[in-house]
Amino acid sequence: MFEGLIGQAIVTFARTLTGAHAWWRAPLDARGKRVYFANHNSHGDFVLLWSCLQAHERRRTRPVAGADYWNSNALKRFVGGRVFRAVLIDRVKREGQDPVGQMAAALNSGDSLILFPEGTRNQTDARLLPFKSGLFHLGEAVPDAELVPVWISNLNRVMPKGELIPLPLICSLQFGAPLPRFAGEDKATFLERARNALLELDPDRNHDD
Amino acid sequence: MTIDWNSLWNNEPLRVFAVASAVLAFASTIAALLRWRVAKGQPHGVIDNLIARINAWWWMVGLLGVAFLFRRDGVIVLFALVSFLALREFITLTQTRRGDHAALAVSFFIALPVQFFLVWIEWYGLWSIMIPVYAFLLLPILAALSADTTRFLERAAKVQWGLMICVFCLSHVPALVTLEINGYSGRNLMLIAFLIIVVQGSDVLQYIFGKLFGKHLLAPRLSPSKTWEGLIGGILSATALGAALYSLTPFTMQQAAVIAFVVCIMGFLGGLVMSAIKRDRGVKDWGHLIEGHGGVLDRIDSLVFAAPVYFHVIRFWWT
Repeated sequence: MFEGLIGQAIVTFARTLTGAHAWWRAPLDARGKRVYFANHNSHGDFVLLWSCLQAHERRRTRPVAGADYWNSNALKRFVGGRVFRAVLIDRVKREGQDPVGQMAAALNSGDSLILFPEGTRNQTDARLLPFKSGLFHLGEAVPDAELVPVWISNLNRVMPKGELIPLPLICSLQFGAPLPRFAGEDKATFLERARNALLELDPDRNHDD
Repeated sequence: MTIDWNSLWNNEPLRVFAVASAVLAFASTIAALLRWRVAKGQPHGVIDNLIARINAWWWMVGLLGVAFLFRRDGVIVLFALVSFLALREFITLTQTRRGDHAALAVSFFIALPVQFFLVWIEWYGLWSIMIPVYAFLLLPILAALSADTTRFLERAAKVQWGLMICVFCLSHVPALVTLEINGYSGRNLMLIAFLIIVVQGSDVLQYIFGKLFGKHLLAPRLSPSKTWEGLIGGILSATALGAALYSLTPFTMQQAAVIAFVVCIMGFLGGLVMSAIKRDRGVKDWGHLIEGHGGVLDRIDSLVFAAPVYFHVIRFWWT
């Protein structure tokens, strides 16, 4: 109840501040077991994506996030754990941990995930960094999961690297069609295809910045 | 407790809002009847859009009503906020580069609030030249300091244009409350009510006449929905509406008709200009804030072109 109210407050705040609007390239039916994978420029990315989902989809959609960040204090533990129900991944390599297994377990229980396959925030001039292999392994582990590319635009115009003042521009999210699956595709080909599917959604892809 | 209906009716702003609400209630009733009889409760593109538009009108009239309660300060704050939302839509759709960041930050956080502050302190000599002169000179200086020369003139022009349209032109609406007209003191809010009713009424009437009688497209390359029938029917009826509302204003009935005609024409042409920009950028609407209408800028495009002309006509001949 309380978590729900806080969640709604966060959604309202994020959408008002950024004026965010979602565009759906292909109609997506209501279902769990979906992985939304998006470009990552800002700390606000997943909140924005999460806010743009319909309420019933949002309730079962969990961000994949770094454990070090969300466990650093009590407030973050509450918001990350109870409001967003984040799947926390330990970014420090250690024995016996299985991030893909964690994500697969969440999908198999009927939840959906928000994943940033670049692995870290893109602070370079490149539109999109090369993808880490997690998305590929997750697709192998849960073959019936639906992989949906989401391009988040304008958050990087709001606050370019090295600037102090954010501009109040309207952000938009382009939800693409789910990635088709090809049996036996190797890792590099799959990751390149997923990355191109995401780049293809950028409305300003033909414009130099 | 008894309510003194006479004194309520004699309160001019209250009377205007009572009539506006009655018109909207009538529109909502018609729309509900259409949904029932024509769409038979099924989804129907035109009727659903009509209902969304009318619902948005309830919100807009309500917001104006709240602003009018706070009189001069209320309308200045309201239009400063509208100006902010409009500029945000404009800049979002405009291709700028990293080198414009400083100029844009100054536009949003300095030029915009200062403009409305100057209107608030009624410093006409400065608010009427700040953006056309000082912002015009300062913004390209900031862009030049970032040392990015790609499409420089085009970028500088876009930022200036956004400020002129969304901030400078729009600020003429609340500035109407600062005009001092002999024998009209304390009633300036009604100048704003007259302008908004006539300009927005003209948009609505053009839409209605276009939907009912529209056949000949007027500018097919700019807009798929503007027709000659809509334009003529809408502007003539909105001019008649303006003439009928002359008692709200310091104008005679003939003057009110001429002024209404002029602001309707300006509003219509403003809509065409803003459509041309949208077509060039390949979008249908400026934004999505107002359901059924598109963005804030889609709703006020005619107002921004009409307001400065209306303001100066009154300032020149009535003060």
